[in-house]
Amino acid sequence: MTMTDWLLADSPSSRLQASLGNGYRMLRMLMRNPLTVIGALILLALILAAMFAPWIAPHSPLGQNLGQRLLPPSAEHWMGTDELGRDIFSRVIYGARITLLIVALVAVISAPLGLLIGAISGYFGGWVDKVMMGITDVFLSMPKLILALAFVAALGPGIENAIIAIAITSWPAYARIARAETLTFRNSEFISAMRLLGASHTRIIVGHVLPLCTSSMIVRVTLDMAGIILTAAGLGFLGLGAQPPLPEWGAMISRGRAFILDQWWVATMPGFAIIIVSLGFCLLGDGLRDVLDPKQGGKS
Amino acid sequence: MIAISLKNLDVSYGTTKVVEGANFDVAEGESFALVGESGSGKSTILKAIAGLAPDWTGEISVLGERRGHGVDHAFATRCQMVFQDPYGSLHPRKSVDQVLSEPLKIHGLGNRDQRVEEMLAAVGLDRRFRYRYPHQLSGGQRQRVAIARALMLEPKVMLLDEPTSALDVSVQAEILNLLKKLRREQGLTYLMVTHNLPVVSFMCDRMAVMNKGRIVEIAPASALHDGSFSDPYTQSLYAASGGNPDRKD
Repeated sequence: MTMTDWLLADSPSSRLQASLGNGYRMLRMLMRNPLTVIGALILLALILAAMFAPWIAPHSPLGQNLGQRLLPPSAEHWMGTDELGRDIFSRVIYGARITLLIVALVAVISAPLGLLIGAISGYFGGWVDKVMMGITDVFLSMPKLILALAFVAALGPGIENAIIAIAITSWPAYARIARAETLTFRNSEFISAMRLLGASHTRIIVGHVLPLCTSSMIVRVTLDMAGIILTAAGLGFLGLGAQPPLPEWGAMISRGRAFILDQWWVATMPGFAIIIVSLGFCLLGDGLRDVLDPKQGGKS
Repeated sequence: MIAISLKNLDVSYGTTKVVEGANFDVAEGESFALVGESGSGKSTILKAIAGLAPDWTGEISVLGERRGHGVDHAFATRCQMVFQDPYGSLHPRKSVDQVLSEPLKIHGLGNRDQRVEEMLAAVGLDRRFRYRYPHQLSGGQRQRVAIARALMLEPKVMLLDEPTSALDVSVQAEILNLLKKLRREQGLTYLMVTHNLPVVSFMCDRMAVMNKGRIVEIAPASALHDGSFSDPYTQSLYAASGGNPDRKD
């Protein structure tokens, strides 16, 4: 019996085999779509760049060399140098760390928060639902970037505050999705059956409601990553996100704006990085949606 | 001893009264049927007993104890319910093993591995189904899992809400035989909702006929053989279902 046979066994003989088999089937469906694979490869490259930045980057991201200001792309400096003579390629590579940090922290803060609020709201209904959705609507009614700007202005500029601000502005959308998803099955018989078995509300929400919301949540968060990166870059561009000399991509574009007509590469190179990473998240999110969408789940 | 006793039970959903003045007793070990057309309130009575339709007045007792209006933890070990639609009563992302272990985890019972194995055998499911997910099972197999889940806590009273109406005719017979066997082996009391008179004559000792939220007649199941019903509605229902269900013509 080969590994594949074992994974795809029709009647798995242990919990581990069943869940590994499910994972393998999902992975196979993901790999079937070439665009998804491209998206996954881009993100893999981002993660590798962030992990091995000191080994990949040929120069220091912060070291200035005023004798080599604003050099065009060449064999020595692949993406040219900026107005302080720093190697842009090295800065873009180090910037991957900041981007990844922002994306990961925002996802870790806002997705579980939104998921929990939405599930509780949808499960209990009544006035709990009204109050929670009222608060959610207040947040949703304001444009994300403006709200984030307001929070950063209040908290003070800096990368930590930018992350907090973006997380605060992005949970309401997740709460809405989780609530909508919960409403579709809150009255279904498998939830009634759990209540009859004596399960507490906490147990039902955590063990039975949340697992059904997570797949649409994963898709949505992945698709939103591009927006989060752009918001972070926007805050950086406006001088409210990462502060110099941190090699944050948005801040780098902001500095390069002054030279955009004569030294185009200073602003363009980090811009490319932002576009490619956003695209990667979008492609992967699209593929994940095809695989994780509950309406297609039964066909696997 | 009386397993289920209803006195003057009125159940409403919002402002509409769905069941009015229901009275009946089910003896321990008995199999009792609630019969009637759609919308006559028979499933609602089951839900009220189970605690899923909390808006009722009157009195409900199960195994000698008065029921409260909600679902409660201790009641779960005495009375369980099997739902009509096996496609909707199993969590789509949980394997059979998880579904059957959950009641044991909720009540902190040990020896889960062995209990799950035994229950699978009792409901006639092969061990290889244990780690499958609902979408990998047929309707009949799903209903077996749902019955197994209800029996995990070893309740004495089972509420059956049309347990076979969503299944193929050939599978219906299997499930009915299984229910009959389980009742005999474990001394269960059944309160079963159905609109299928042949099922009543096969499974049940007595039946209550419901129409528009009221119980119009309580008769022994043997009345299905000779048509000795007193109420005009019951007679029309009996005639509409083709008279004696055991007569093949």
